[in-house]
Amino acid sequence: MRTSRRLGIRTVAVYSDADRYSLHVKSADEALRIGPPPARLSYLNAPSIIEAAIRTGAQAIHPGYGFLSESAEFAQLCEDEGFTFIGPPASAIRDMGDKSASKRIMGAAGVPLVPGYHGAEQDIDIMMSEADKIGYPILIKPTHGGGGKGMRIVQSPDEFVDAFLGAQREAAASFGIDTILLEKYITQPRHIEVQIFGDKHGNIIHLYERDCSVQRRHQKIIEEAPAPNVINDFRAHLGQAAVSAAKAVGYHNAGTVEFIFDTLSEQFYFMEMNTRLQVEHPVTEMIVGQDLVEWQIRVANGEPLPMSQSQVPLSGHSFEARIYAENVPKGFLPATGVLHHYRPVPVSPTVRVETGVEEGDTVSMHYDPMIAEACSMGRKSCCSISQNEGLLIKVSGCSNSASAEEAYGAAKLSAALVAACACEKEHASLKESPPGGLSIWYAFPPFRVNHYARRTMEFEWDNEYNKSGSKLLTLSITYQPDGSYLIKTEESSSPTVYSKDQTDHIHIWHGSHHHHFKQKVGLELSDDDETQHKPTFETASHPPGTVVAPMAGLVVKVLVKDGTKVEEGQPILVLEAMKMEHVVTAANCWCKVQVMAGKLQRLNSHFLRRLTSCDYEKSITYARFGTHW
Amino acid sequence: SISWRNSSINSLLQKRRDFCLGVLPDSVDRSSEAFVRNSKVMDSFLSELQSHINKVLAGGGAEAVKRNRSRNKLLPRERIDRLIDSGSSFLELSQLAGHELYDTPLPSAGIITGIGPVHGRLCMFVANDPTVKGGTYYPITVKKHLRAQEIAAHCKLPCIYLVDSGGAFLPKQADVFPDKENFGGAYIPAMADESVMVKGNGTIFLAGPPLVKENFGRLLPGEEVSAEDLGGATVHCKTSGVSDYFAQDELHGLAIGRNIIKNLHRAGNQGMINGLQNIILDYKEPLHDVKDLRFIAPTDLKQSFDIRSVISRIVDGSEFDEFKKLYGTTLVAGFGRIFGQPVGIIGNNGILFNESALKGAHFIELCTQRNIPLVFLQNITGFMVGSKSEANGIAKSGAKMVMAVSCAKVPKVTVIIGGSFGAGNYAMCGRAYSPNFMFFWPNARISVMGGAQAAGVLAQIEKSNKKRQGIQWTKEEEEKFKAKVVEAYDRESSAYYSTARLWDDGIIDPADTRKIIGLSISASMNQ
Repeated sequence: MRTSRRLGIRTVAVYSDADRYSLHVKSADEALRIGPPPARLSYLNAPSIIEAAIRTGAQAIHPGYGFLSESAEFAQLCEDEGFTFIGPPASAIRDMGDKSASKRIMGAAGVPLVPGYHGAEQDIDIMMSEADKIGYPILIKPTHGGGGKGMRIVQSPDEFVDAFLGAQREAAASFGIDTILLEKYITQPRHIEVQIFGDKHGNIIHLYERDCSVQRRHQKIIEEAPAPNVINDFRAHLGQAAVSAAKAVGYHNAGTVEFIFDTLSEQFYFMEMNTRLQVEHPVTEMIVGQDLVEWQIRVANGEPLPMSQSQVPLSGHSFEARIYAENVPKGFLPATGVLHHYRPVPVSPTVRVETGVEEGDTVSMHYDPMIAEACSMGRKSCCSISQNEGLLIKVSGCSNSASAEEAYGAAKLSAALVAACACEKEHASLKESPPGGLSIWYAFPPFRVNHYARRTMEFEWDNEYNKSGSKLLTLSITYQPDGSYLIKTEESSSPTVYSKDQTDHIHIWHGSHHHHFKQKVGLELSDDDETQHKPTFETASHPPGTVVAPMAGLVVKVLVKDGTKVEEGQPILVLEAMKMEHVVTAANCWCKVQVMAGKLQRLNSHFLRRLTSCDYEKSITYARFGTHW
Repeated sequence: SISWRNSSINSLLQKRRDFCLGVLPDSVDRSSEAFVRNSKVMDSFLSELQSHINKVLAGGGAEAVKRNRSRNKLLPRERIDRLIDSGSSFLELSQLAGHELYDTPLPSAGIITGIGPVHGRLCMFVANDPTVKGGTYYPITVKKHLRAQEIAAHCKLPCIYLVDSGGAFLPKQADVFPDKENFGGAYIPAMADESVMVKGNGTIFLAGPPLVKENFGRLLPGEEVSAEDLGGATVHCKTSGVSDYFAQDELHGLAIGRNIIKNLHRAGNQGMINGLQNIILDYKEPLHDVKDLRFIAPTDLKQSFDIRSVISRIVDGSEFDEFKKLYGTTLVAGFGRIFGQPVGIIGNNGILFNESALKGAHFIELCTQRNIPLVFLQNITGFMVGSKSEANGIAKSGAKMVMAVSCAKVPKVTVIIGGSFGAGNYAMCGRAYSPNFMFFWPNARISVMGGAQAAGVLAQIEKSNKKRQGIQWTKEEEEKFKAKVVEAYDRESSAYYSTARLWDDGIIDPADTRKIIGLSISASMNQ
């Protein structure tokens, strides 16, 4: 979208209900809802996306990096409906989508393949002799399916038969088809991929390779470009292989050819081709200094590639780290929750942050838990790495569900930390400007004669792990003479009520824990009258809700009728005293009011009589309003 | 670049000229026998002090404290902590008043007093401890209360009373009520400029429910009045107007208290700096370790030591410009700064001779003229006696010094670091000469003369009396008599005996001397 804006192209974003407030919706010129949160019903729902395109009068569709970006049907649909698909031709997507077909095409085009046997003949003796040809260790895997099911690694011929039969059984059980293929097993592989680009005029170039060997659960964590420890000859060789692979399927637009590199034999083999612009393209953009999205748009528009192979620059070394919302204690499982604190590092010519989220966003369970990619570049790999480490420290996480006790322990620790920080902050500000210029009295630590100064701080801890609510942590802080703090936690059972504006909200991220504390910093000064003690002499003789006239006087006018509803502050009657008229107003909101005004001889409270020496109460006129709900 | 060098050298020279003339050397020999002996004795003094302090900090005991908490009330020191600016210091006074004075313990005399800042304005705090005998007033409680007011009047500090008292301790009413120094519990809030009452806990009445019942109950049978109805916050804030602010609870009340001080005309007092001449904000700490003061302090009062080793651990950067260094050498006088505040310091380095007294008088007059606060470091056995001394007119010289002290209208702080005996106490600004503050080191002693001398004098008088009556005094009898006198003097001259009776404003750890003098002088600068 940034690129489009720069090129003066208006954009339309599509979103599911889960992403209504997300960043991509905000940054687009226009946005359209395409369905409920499950991707199947929204982002993978091609007809509704096409419909959205028709409704907004779009001319081209960029499929992004995931979802439909590698769907031949979708590309075809776009073409059929008359939209320019910003991506490769549907035929190429189709060819590369089928793994065994793609390998056949590549083998025919002379692109090196992992040695293996993909034949239809499944006889165990033939298989064994094929295995001997390939050389051990051997990977046995079913032709269909995935997820590692039925896969076996065989180190030597003795193990072959058992493993083969096992794999067959498992494949039959899982996928219903028991055909097996054999491949050389590469014990120390590196995952290297080449960025290629083609235009509609048959030109294809490569933009060097990326090393994506650092992975976890088949997910890339760190990408690096160009691949380290690669000599230029090899790089050219690799690039050429990628270009031939793309040419074999009549490719245009952005694509990535993945190779597996055997570090023992120093051979590389074709793995597969990604027929889209990948998430990690920024590392390549940084080293070649180009905007590949712009290239995509131009190429889709029929323009030729902006440069030839020999003109592609290679400057510097770039890293990208992906930041995922993950639950670390639970083995890096994807985590969901609210992103309470998110401070991406400032962007610069050598630092790039690709993000689809903002602070306060929810990382939902529906999509990829990736929060951001931090990308940095330096002249050498070492300085780039150190820069990237700095980035990683600064961008921190998302809540997760640790055990409540563990969380509480961490909360106490965090609260102690907060308390110490609060003391330090106070100390710094007192040192900066001591009130009244009395610097001696604000020296640190605070002085006490023959003992140490102590203070208590109260924090209300929002327990996010256990919905039972908040807990009050009381900390007692003792200032030690050496300037350190001795902090003890005590637990209080009942949380006190804080008013919102008198409270400091403190968020703490401690490892994988997030804690939210509320510290009372001021007192809520409520109205004097609200919760006052009512002396018995005042309440005894009148029912609740009674208003006693403020002075002795004559009732001039009663403003409300019996039984009417009055609002708080509404004038009720007018009294005259000392030649002035005084308006008596209702103190509460009553449904019905009963006015009983008249002259009264005497109040019957003994207490009041005792206190007042004169008979002044004789002349008190009083109005009484009953409360009838 | 040349001009840069010049200016930097100039400023360096300027600094040398200004500050480095009077730096006191570290003359303490840490391996000396006296130092080692002092360390041992002082350690035991300090642990004794700490155990007494720990007792008074606990207030009226665990049971009473628990009861207090159950009423949602804070302890007096906690109340003060919530009132003073957070992170600020508090100079508590006479923590051990009432120590072993009565048959039952009376921690801190049942009242906490001291000075601390509220919104940058120094205030005197007087807080009853309800956990100690219900906050009632013993005679020593009254004395401590009045001493706090005396300091406040002297230093022009507003007073904050945290009243939680049952009034006079009735069994001792005769010692509390009739004399000149008396008090009335209910009148404290009524006489205050502004007062805050806490709902539920605060009550004011001239006569409590039992007394009301005593007086009226017989006339109006069946009439029971609760304390809250008789004199609670609502009555006094809404009806009687005795109190000015209504507080929902203690914390609310204390917050209102802070607001009241904020709204004093002189809040955030600039006068504090204006009243001082020439205060330096970026002062230096002493060059030598202040903790050494614990071991420099003479535990055997007969041993002499150089007072400059104490001064060098009190003044900023250990810089001390000595006055008349070569004349009257048993009195050391000079100028220095404490936390940037200029002070004149006078300390004893032996007996006061004719010349020492004249030098002292001269120096005190100088400081008075220049409005420089005075610090007296007392370790004095008295003025020199004997025919030569008398012939030199020591009586007149001593009188001059005493007169100079009594006429000095500058803030004065006295610290008794060793002995304080006889007229030396007067000349060195003892209690009778109204120093703004006076503190004791735990090893210090105070009496008209030393126990042994007194025993000798008394024994001689007794002997001649007996002789007149024709009784022969045996050697043993005489020794026994002397021992008794020495024992009584020992007990009565101890720092604890003094501080229990409010003869001073507290016993302090020698290592805190610099801080406490600094705070005291700062508190006195409005004088």
